[in-house]
Amino acid sequence: MFLWIIKRDLLLAMRRRSDVFTTLFFFVIVVSLFPLSVGPEMNMLRTMAPGVVWVAALLASMLSLGRMFSNDYLDGTLEQMLLSPQSLSLLVLGKALAHWLVTGVPLVLMAPILGIQYDLPVDALFVLTISLLLGTPVLSLIGAIGAALTLGLRGGGVLVSLLVLPLYIPVLIFGSGAVEANMAGLGYDAHMSLLGAFLLVSLVFAPWAAAASLRVSME
Amino acid sequence: MAINWFKYSSPASFYSLSGKMIPIFVFLAVVTLIAGLYIGFFVAPTDFQQGEAYRIIFIHVPAAWMSMFLYVVMAFWAGIGLAFNTRLSSMLATAIAPTGAMFTFLALWTGALWGKPMWGTWWVWDARLTSELILLFLYIGFMSLQAAIDDPRRADKAGAIIALVGVVNIPIIYFSVQWWNTLHQGASVSLNQAPAMATTMLTGMLIMVIASWMYSIAVILKRVRVIILERESHTAWVAELRKKEAAR
Amino acid sequence: MLQGSNLACVRGDRRLFKDINFSLEPGGLMQVRGPNGSGKTSMLRMLCGLSDPALGEITWCGAAIRSLSGDYYAAMTYMGHLSGTKDDLTVVENLCISSALAGLEINETQACKALEHMGLGGRETLPVKVLSQGQRRRVALARLLVCQTKLWILDEPLAALDVSAVKLMQSILEQHLEQGGMVVMTTHQEIDITAASITQLQLA
Repeated sequence: MFLWIIKRDLLLAMRRRSDVFTTLFFFVIVVSLFPLSVGPEMNMLRTMAPGVVWVAALLASMLSLGRMFSNDYLDGTLEQMLLSPQSLSLLVLGKALAHWLVTGVPLVLMAPILGIQYDLPVDALFVLTISLLLGTPVLSLIGAIGAALTLGLRGGGVLVSLLVLPLYIPVLIFGSGAVEANMAGLGYDAHMSLLGAFLLVSLVFAPWAAAASLRVSME
Repeated sequence: MAINWFKYSSPASFYSLSGKMIPIFVFLAVVTLIAGLYIGFFVAPTDFQQGEAYRIIFIHVPAAWMSMFLYVVMAFWAGIGLAFNTRLSSMLATAIAPTGAMFTFLALWTGALWGKPMWGTWWVWDARLTSELILLFLYIGFMSLQAAIDDPRRADKAGAIIALVGVVNIPIIYFSVQWWNTLHQGASVSLNQAPAMATTMLTGMLIMVIASWMYSIAVILKRVRVIILERESHTAWVAELRKKEAAR
Repeated sequence: MLQGSNLACVRGDRRLFKDINFSLEPGGLMQVRGPNGSGKTSMLRMLCGLSDPALGEITWCGAAIRSLSGDYYAAMTYMGHLSGTKDDLTVVENLCISSALAGLEINETQACKALEHMGLGGRETLPVKVLSQGQRRRVALARLLVCQTKLWILDEPLAALDVSAVKLMQSILEQHLEQGGMVVMTTHQEIDITAASITQLQLA
């Protein structure tokens, strides 16, 4: 059942590949806009890079949250999932995981290339990729709560950003902090452990909270 | 004599009880506010380091305390409403949010006013100010979510979930911001150098804290009454009440 | 088996119905009737446990459906206004996946057989988005053929169906009832089903 939902969502994403690419191009464009707005001075860009890439990843992941439940809500399949004998939390976990595979993983893969645009050293690129790898699943998991709460509301897209962005702040701080620490010649283990801790905590609690939100929204 | 507390958890009896309580709290709020402001601005001595500008803390500190405390209270009542399906607790949570947001804004505003003469700038990315700003975002999220949902029962429950998620996150956010702040030492000025406070200063501040409490209770009760009337407008007791009001 | 006592439903400020009592035994069909806006769909959603009644309780085998949740859902199939099919998936994928998510994994041969029976033979590999309303409805109803649940809750199952499909549907329902199944349904059309017991539940 858990595998079925992932399989289903990936299949749907494959049939609608353009959606996946839209998110990815959004990420690329936002990151590329910064040098145009603050000037091409390499030293400054290098210090800005982790923050810029992370904020862009945050926004890209958030923009695609709307798709997590709303399509299923509109065609009635979400209703059927709520009536499934299996646990709804598990199902939400599957959907969040599928969301991460479709939006998070491309971002992670794209990040090193964008880092080169900002002239990041190789080991900083590595840290950036690892921090995104640990951090983006948290974004999908927390985002699932916001997406479930705003299901079927007017202006749901803007609302979801209001709800979810403040909750993303710790991930942002430690994700970009890890890269900065590495560039400053400091250790980044603590940042990574904390990102890992956030991931574990959100793996346990977010599906449960999102499942409760879905029940509330579908009533 | 045992008091039947559950009696007051029904909106109708709470409505009449709170009606009697509001004037008491308004009175207490006015008295403590005048006393606190008088002590704060006329009795308390001038600070030898910060001059007269420090007096803003008589508003700033109580506002900052209330802003954080009210969020927890709001989440508590929202959670009770979600768990036990009690309408009144959810209404209470909805009523607390605007007051909490107001205090958060006040804390930020007075913080900026205090920062200008102290730091020479309206805003510094200090850990406490930043956390307070994020708290304001959380309040705004809660209120806009409830405002976007038409069905009051769904609004209550959805609000409760986001409030509880927020409450779990506040310590994490606060801790992250602290960490982030120590990493970027250069930009910040420490607020922690609280000089030994004169007794009159402390008294003035405590009285102002009580005043904020009384004010919050009065305003929140008033707002709950409005929400009750709005939601229960189709019930018999509200119709009765309307008749009585009309007869008067 | 399925029982409701003193059910009431409130939508916004309006009370849709109150003091509704019924009980449904194996082999029984209950038709929920009432004018538009009388709360038929709300009633069915309550019976599925999607929403809670304002008052009263719904029980399945003597236990409240709230407390059963998973066990109840394993014995129940709901079909609402929305078809519950994905436009981008093919007909057979839709049926396989929706059954799997409902806790019953079927293979493609079983799925094709059910689709054949619903008159969708030869269209198995088309994406659902190219089908007509009535055909989508048939895809959704094909789930009833493969699911092995006891209780069916159907909201306007005959809407958008043509004459032959309505006949087919009636025979499917009759067969289900004969085997000791239960059906709760709403419909505006007159139904022509022979069953051990047919009860009417009139709302407002």
